[in-house]
Amino acid sequence: MNPRALDERRGKAASKWAELQSSPRPLIFIGAASCGLAAGAAEVQEAVEKYLRKNGIEGRIIQVGCIGPCYMEPLMDVRMPGQPRISYSNVRPSDVPLIMESFFEKKEVAKSRLAGHFGEAEFDGIPRFFDMPMLKPQVRIVLRNCGIIDPDDLDHYLARDGYLGLEKCLSLPWTEVLDTIKRSGLRGRGGAGFPTWRKWLTCREMPSDQRYLICNADEGDPGAFMNRSLIEGDPHAVLEGMLIAAFTIGATQGYVYIRAEYPLAIKRLKKAIAQMREAGLLGQNILGSEFSFDIRIKEGAGAFVCGEETALIASIEGKRGMPRSRPPFPAVSGLYGKPTIINNVETLGTLPHILRNGAEWYAGFGTETSKGTKTFSLVGKVRRTGLIEVPLGMTLREVVFDIGGGTLKPFKAVQTGGPSGGCLSEEFLDTPIDYEHLAGAGSIMGSGGLIVVDSDTCIVDTAKYFLGFTQMESCGKCVPCRVGTRHMVKLLEKICDGRGELADLEKLEKLGRTIKNGSLCQLGGTAPNPALTSLKYFRSEFISHVKDKRCPAVVCKSLVNYRVIAGKCTGCQRCVSVCPTGAITGPRSEPHNLDRTKCIKCRSCYEICRFDAIAGDAIIIES
Amino acid sequence: MNGRDSLSDGGLSELLREFKGERGELIPVLQRVQELHGYLRPEAIRRVSRWLKISENEIFGVATFYAQFRFHPPGRHRLRVCLGTACHVKGGEQILLTAQQRLSIGTGETTPDGEYDLDRVACLGCCALAPVVAVDDKVHSQMSVLKIQRILDEPKSA
Repeated sequence: MNPRALDERRGKAASKWAELQSSPRPLIFIGAASCGLAAGAAEVQEAVEKYLRKNGIEGRIIQVGCIGPCYMEPLMDVRMPGQPRISYSNVRPSDVPLIMESFFEKKEVAKSRLAGHFGEAEFDGIPRFFDMPMLKPQVRIVLRNCGIIDPDDLDHYLARDGYLGLEKCLSLPWTEVLDTIKRSGLRGRGGAGFPTWRKWLTCREMPSDQRYLICNADEGDPGAFMNRSLIEGDPHAVLEGMLIAAFTIGATQGYVYIRAEYPLAIKRLKKAIAQMREAGLLGQNILGSEFSFDIRIKEGAGAFVCGEETALIASIEGKRGMPRSRPPFPAVSGLYGKPTIINNVETLGTLPHILRNGAEWYAGFGTETSKGTKTFSLVGKVRRTGLIEVPLGMTLREVVFDIGGGTLKPFKAVQTGGPSGGCLSEEFLDTPIDYEHLAGAGSIMGSGGLIVVDSDTCIVDTAKYFLGFTQMESCGKCVPCRVGTRHMVKLLEKICDGRGELADLEKLEKLGRTIKNGSLCQLGGTAPNPALTSLKYFRSEFISHVKDKRCPAVVCKSLVNYRVIAGKCTGCQRCVSVCPTGAITGPRSEPHNLDRTKCIKCRSCYEICRFDAIAGDAIIIES
Repeated sequence: MNGRDSLSDGGLSELLREFKGERGELIPVLQRVQELHGYLRPEAIRRVSRWLKISENEIFGVATFYAQFRFHPPGRHRLRVCLGTACHVKGGEQILLTAQQRLSIGTGETTPDGEYDLDRVACLGCCALAPVVAVDDKVHSQMSVLKIQRILDEPKSA
């Protein structure tokens, strides 16, 4: 396809999009990303289909990606002719008939489960969706299409300026594209924050007959899902970014290395790649230029270490995903010994916007050294969980409290950077989120997982969790990581079991430093961070475990006990029925007895008493 | 290959035709074999070894490195309990423990009646709705120890 043909297609796409915006048919949008589906979006869609069929209404259902506020899932938007798109949150299938009846029978906007409308102007006294506290402080660049367009429809992407960045890129010499990215200040969004242009230049300057571009979608960081959401919601943005990167570094073959645990994202990518091929955006002489490029998908088989560049390459080559020492860096000698660039999904997804709107525009967001915006998955004990995008330099406090709405129980810490990052206490809440400040606090930016924990979370247990994770995922190649992390886990287990001594804390610190300095790759090099930062900022919690044999957050099993408060228990026997070991006994209507020798502390009785029983809160956990 | 062969090897010959036979295809080949058989049978590994000219030893080395590959027949249903960070801080560990109790098996095991496999996974990417579990491909969100019991008590069709 030549550029003119694409222009024609774009023109048609634009009118198709405009028609959709003024559609005479009612439109129903369903947020059908993985998280929406997990919350029950498919069942909601079924209920909508049923209602439309039963009432003979010619409506159209469009599945869209994730718009961000996952705590409101399932989200359903209704757009009646002549009205803005109106969003409903936490919709259950049983709510659907009510909402539909209001629109179609009463001819008025349904008010129950109402979240907001997407219009610009005032409408019917309904708040604007993007004015909600969670969305207002955000700057949506990478996520601008997520939840708005149908990710399976190339025309939707084209109508919203899709592939304009590529056209711009193809009209320039590669040096100028590189210069644009340099001026934009874009740094790798996978975690390390290396300037994207510098990596590219190294690769481009290597004389070679073949260069490779790899999109790293092996989002292994537990607690992070930014890349999954972006691919599910706007796959073409990432693929357009791949074309721009490949053009600049002179690559002819690209790979997307994506986790097999993301089936929906893989499906969307496959479909998008087929659409590109059909539209002449992939293959020989793209848009009539000299540039040829193809993309293949490689499904990761489940190994966290494969997020490391050299391990990822080994995995694509069909080997065990074990890192090797660097240099040579992959930009010099990578896949099959050829110069290779590995960029994160978000880095690539940002490129089209920079090309289209200019380097200065992008550099206008963020701080002096960390430009632009960054997506984060805001999860854990925060009120409003979800996917967000904010300009770099925003403080942790603004993110956790203004966007996330704070915690239910008192705030304790925020963990950034996943298993490679650190746990930051309250005193760091005013730290700006950028590469330098987070590193200065002993954590890292990482790929964008922000896990908020409150007073109900035990810091020692969390440190044990992270070390346990990296220990399991250690590839076993180098001793500091393989053996060292195992010893750190053992020490943390000892502390959580109430067998710890004060000397163990120093041992942990010494081991941590050794592992950091001695490991071959960044998995080992950052693995001790969660434990080291916790020891630094939450030492008193460790000391409670070691000296007083108490777990202040009442989490560590060996240090807590379950007790029935006789005065509160009405003897409703609900707990007796759920106890898997028969530890609770007692006749109906009389306070029950809990046998500690049989209790496995599974929490079933506690939960059923809290939420389902007659008395409520008659069973407590204490330390 | 004649028809008898492709019947006796459980569709392997058919499957291998999708590939070129290059070294770099080892992992995708194993993924497809597992999709076909549900796990990696020793005969299948032998066959792939001859075809790709990689020793069985090495193939086992690669396959055991990755969490995705299994070497025992799977149960009829697959229960995966997510223990990502968000799920962990919201009580994923308790969910796993309850599932283990209820099914009387450990992680990585199959119930004696072949009904359930139990696995812990690093992250299903639905962190905002933690804790989550997946029964086959259906993700259940905001789990509690009571909800997981209800799910396991529901009668399942094969």
